[in-house]
Amino acid sequence: MALHSSVKGKLISVIGDEDTCVGFLLGGVGEINKNRHSNFMVVDKNTAISEIEECFKRFLKRDDIDIILINQNVAELIRHVIDGHTQPVPAVLEIPSKDHPYDASKDSILRRARGMFNPEDMAR
Amino acid sequence: MSGKDRLPIFPSRGAQMLMKSRLKGAQKGHSLLKKKADALQMRFRMILGKIIETKTLMGEVMKEAAFSLAEAKFTTGDFNQVVLQNVTKAQIKIRTKKDNVAGVTLPVFESYQDGTDTYELAGLARGGQQLAKLKKNYQSAVKLLVELASLQTSFVTLDEVIKITNRRVNAIEHVIIPRIEKTLAYIISELDELEREEFYRLKKIQDKKRISRAKAEKYKAATKAADDEKYAAANMLDEGDDDILF
Repeated sequence: MALHSSVKGKLISVIGDEDTCVGFLLGGVGEINKNRHSNFMVVDKNTAISEIEECFKRFLKRDDIDIILINQNVAELIRHVIDGHTQPVPAVLEIPSKDHPYDASKDSILRRARGMFNPEDMAR
Repeated sequence: MSGKDRLPIFPSRGAQMLMKSRLKGAQKGHSLLKKKADALQMRFRMILGKIIETKTLMGEVMKEAAFSLAEAKFTTGDFNQVVLQNVTKAQIKIRTKKDNVAGVTLPVFESYQDGTDTYELAGLARGGQQLAKLKKNYQSAVKLLVELASLQTSFVTLDEVIKITNRRVNAIEHVIIPRIEKTLAYIISELDELEREEFYRLKKIQDKKRISRAKAEKYKAATKAADDEKYAAANMLDEGDDDILF
């Protein structure tokens, strides 16, 4: 596995609103594999939460994905799934979306960090 | 204290030696683990600081990227569907390297360009400049995010390892070492007890021997006296017999 991963490049996957996805796709992270599975998911206001959950879990299972970028407002919807993911790889990164500014207090990782350190450390 | 907190071992000199060496080993292991935990903690704090720094930076970069997207949309018109439908191969991929901190392997991600740009011709009609800027912005965002991801992965891994190490340090400090010490104390007390018993036994034997020796002496003296008396009487007879023959 270690050898395998060092040989083959891994992907970045994106779950987020349309604009975020388009931006990162233009940045060149998008890929559609042989089974026509994409590594990104566009979430709009009609997307069911269970759908997002399923997609997130699918991304976690795929071994060619190392980083999952997810909009923070989307992450908020499936917070329980993200908190349940404790493995280091793939790394789940919460990013701000166009219409939701970044709020550090909601981030799973930073919340865990705050459990260990006092608030003064965080403000730094 | 008696049965639960010490090791089930027979109190003997050999066991004492064994326990002593185990205590020494436990202490050495404790100090080594403590050092490891300190090293990890140092790295951990460094990474945490960097994560917070990068996260705030990420906010800025993403804002800029989103703004350039809006700019590009304004000049080019809506291209969302075109972009979403024309995905083929990823241009930016991630390599994983390993970093080693005090025996813990931390994955480090590194992005690299692979293949050509799928959207090379996007914005050919108009808004090419804005699109180029947009692409550049998002590529730098990806680069930053990859960096952040490796920091975050290290953070999660280190967090786990630090917890395990601290648990071990505490287990050795509060369970294993006291247990060995109690076992040692038990062995020493048992050995002392044994020694006292042995001493008492020796004393007793000495007493017995003295008594029996005294008895034997007395008896010997008595018999000797009797013999002496007998001989003395015989001698008297002997003396008296001198001139019996003639």
